[in-house]
Amino acid sequence: KFDVSKMSEWATPIQEVTLGATSADGGSRKNTVTLGGENALPYYFDAEMPHRNYVTMDVFDMPISMAKSVKENYGDVINDPAEWAKKAVRDFNADMITIHLISTDPLINDTPAREAAKVVEDVLQAVDVPIVIGGSGNPQKDPEVLERAAEVAEGERVLLASASLNLDYERVAKAATDYGHAVLSWTQLEINAQKELNRKLMKQCNVPRDSIVMDPTTAALGYGLDYAYSNMERIRLAGLMGDEELTFPMSSGTTNAWGARESWMKESPLKQDSDWGPREYRGPIWEIVTGLTLALAGNDMFMMMHPTSVQVLKEITQTLYG
Amino acid sequence: MKINSPLEAYKFLPGTNCGECGETSCMAFASHLIDRSLKATDCIPLVNESKYKKKYDELVTLLAPEIREVVIGVGDNAISIGGDDVLHRHKLTFFNKTALAYDVWDTMEEADLVERVNKIQDFKKFYVGDYLTLDMIAVRSVSNDPEKFAATVKKVVETTEFPLVLCSFEPAVLRAGLEVSAEKRPLLYAANKDNWQEVAALAQEFNVPVTVFAPNDLDLLKSMAKTFADNGIEDVVLDPGTFPTGKGLKTTLNNFLKIRRAGINGDRDIAFPIMAVPFTAWMAHDDEVSASYWETVVASIFTIKYGDIMIMHSIEPYALMPQLHIRDTMYTDPRKPVTVDPAVYEIGSPTADSPLLITTNFALTYYTVESDLSSNGVDCYLTAIDTDGIGVEAAVAGGQLTAAKIKKGLDDAGFDMEKLTHKVIVIPGLAARLQGDVEDETGAGVMIGPADSGRLPGWMEQNWPPQK
Ligand code: B12
Ligand code: SF4
Repeated sequence: KFDVSKMSEWATPIQEVTLGATSADGGSRKNTVTLGGENALPYYFDAEMPHRNYVTMDVFDMPISMAKSVKENYGDVINDPAEWAKKAVRDFNADMITIHLISTDPLINDTPAREAAKVVEDVLQAVDVPIVIGGSGNPQKDPEVLERAAEVAEGERVLLASASLNLDYERVAKAATDYGHAVLSWTQLEINAQKELNRKLMKQCNVPRDSIVMDPTTAALGYGLDYAYSNMERIRLAGLMGDEELTFPMSSGTTNAWGARESWMKESPLKQDSDWGPREYRGPIWEIVTGLTLALAGNDMFMMMHPTSVQVLKEITQTLYG
Repeated sequence: MKINSPLEAYKFLPGTNCGECGETSCMAFASHLIDRSLKATDCIPLVNESKYKKKYDELVTLLAPEIREVVIGVGDNAISIGGDDVLHRHKLTFFNKTALAYDVWDTMEEADLVERVNKIQDFKKFYVGDYLTLDMIAVRSVSNDPEKFAATVKKVVETTEFPLVLCSFEPAVLRAGLEVSAEKRPLLYAANKDNWQEVAALAQEFNVPVTVFAPNDLDLLKSMAKTFADNGIEDVVLDPGTFPTGKGLKTTLNNFLKIRRAGINGDRDIAFPIMAVPFTAWMAHDDEVSASYWETVVASIFTIKYGDIMIMHSIEPYALMPQLHIRDTMYTDPRKPVTVDPAVYEIGSPTADSPLLITTNFALTYYTVESDLSSNGVDCYLTAIDTDGIGVEAAVAGGQLTAAKIKKGLDDAGFDMEKLTHKVIVIPGLAARLQGDVEDETGAGVMIGPADSGRLPGWMEQNWPPQK
């Protein structure tokens, strides 16, 4: 007879974090999304996973450079974030929308925070799914941008992306707690940095445990996915085994897969390589495999771009979820 | 492995520090035993001197990996599968990368057969200084006709050195295949609850590894594996069935998880390599692209979670490339930063007019750039700066790639800028912010190249030689 025991060391559940607020909770979302709550590695027989994985699709507040096969899907809405968001929910089955306010970067358009906040309002009007709000990644400007955005989104329980060690995370954290939002704790492929930032958010900024999601960084397939996978897997195992600084749900910038040349280049730059085949098929599967790998490491939420990738990743993760 | 510290392994060594193993001491050798970079057989006195016989035998037993290692094929193309000691790669590393076998079948026209085998054995994708390639051919009997099968196997053996999997549930068909390929040590696929006695006899007679197949029945799988092992057939591969969709897929994943966890935890009866058959995706999807996608998705799951060998069908590059890369991802040794020696490398035949390029000594970065240049016939000097094995962008952010480092790299390599007619250094696009500093530090002109080195050949056409 075959017999194997369950893992007794996995005794600490992952924190549940709910995003979005319905009218019952003072928001205007049709539904909420709950991440986390796991008692085991994902899809393992040791314990049922309480919530499925979710996909939030990227929307930008200005046209950006994108791989051709991604761009094709958004040509008609690229100048209108609200329409873009609608399309992602209506046609591509996005569970959530991430609005990236990249035009606020002083090196791009330096859009004032106040104006950027209007885009957030438009997106909240356009769709009724929970949303994530991202800055431009500029550490000087982001706190201000996220503060404004948090203010106009009060009551909607958005996820603010992101607090990180290289910017004034206290301001971002305060914007989240003041207006009832959750915060994305983003570090770069380093488990100790992740612990440090989470600790600071909890102890120094008093962010409640149910309002922290982690982004430990996603590196694409062939471009450091080995680091990203093991980093996430270690974080999740440590959480399950009781490290209270790491028991949070995780999010992945799966879109990073489009940075890998295998996903966007027309053909191999190397003559010795076998034919790479059509990039329209190569790109989406690059994003899918990158996401799926991290799903198996314990990632809960995926930030993605290509409709086919979203469809396949949702189908496979729901199949494994059961 | 039953021991996990060098001290424990040391007890079984001669303790003479004779140095025959190439290590300075027995203790140093012991630590290599624990990280599995050396084997007990590398200690010459331990193997040769009879007084150590008992210790040697004990040590070999203690060091044996929890999951058995099975060898398929012979000679340079032989492939080992299994041999793992951990459930998570960060705990040590995964050994023996998942073997990827692609199918051919015995109703194919000979010309098609040869063409397909060649496509499989010729596929290659450059990555970090080497080519990622496929491993094996799975020959399936569709005709169920022993003669046809034998003829197909024979043709495959004539066409390739790749190891084979012989696929049929009909013992007579398997025998016919073995008669023309046994000396290549193919893997038999498969013994099941109906044919196991005959297939076991074949494995024994021809001395080849064998797969036991018990779809979603771990009790049966284990009892068959145990029966085989008890009868001296230790080269066993387990196939618990691969169901490609719905609840079946979830169950399949959990069967893999259970088998491997039991094996690593010491249940010897089931501590064998596991086979996944993502090929089954073709039974669930009609069109070629969907089937290839789902096959790749299923293959990825079982590359990550404990599949040691897989049988697949699609040979479309958009399926093969991610399969090869996810395998490399999981089997890269997480303990080793992969680096190249810092130096100025000559690419092609550079002259005084050729560009001097800067990159880092992270192997992924260096080889990507190097191959972009050499395969496009660009003659140049490529400088690998010692960034502790960090890529360009992270090294600029982390301070391992600086103007001073670039100056030092060129000086240490003894590179004389004066021999260049142009006195210009080209830095990576992602290191653009170092431009001014590098000019000050080296006194040379500095040009900023493209962000991706794949665009260097095109960039050269536009920008080289530099305008005075
Ligand atoms: C893997 C990775 C790591 C790994 C690095 C492993 C390693 N051995 O390099 C680890 C975990 C260690 C790491 C750490 C850090 N990282 Co990091 N990391 C990445 C990641 C995910 C992939 C980088 C990579 O390997 N790319 C692939 C290689 C091949 O690219 P490459 O070296 O740049 O080479 C290409 C080009 O530069 C060009 N090229 C190369 N040479 C040449 C030469 C010439 C002449 C030309 C023209 C072109 C050219 O062509 C190459 C092929 O495309 C990126 C994010 C991402 N998805 O890109 C972040 C990233 C690079 N990291 C980043 C940061 C900030 C860090 C840290 C500082 C984080 C921290 N706060 O601790 C540390 C620094 C560590 C250190 N330096 O000590 C940032 C950099 C931001 C910035 N622009 O300043 C990034 C972009 C993440 C982000 N979005 O914020 N990181
Ligand atoms: S060969 Fe054996 S006895 Fe000699 S130093 Fe190495 S481990 Fe010790």
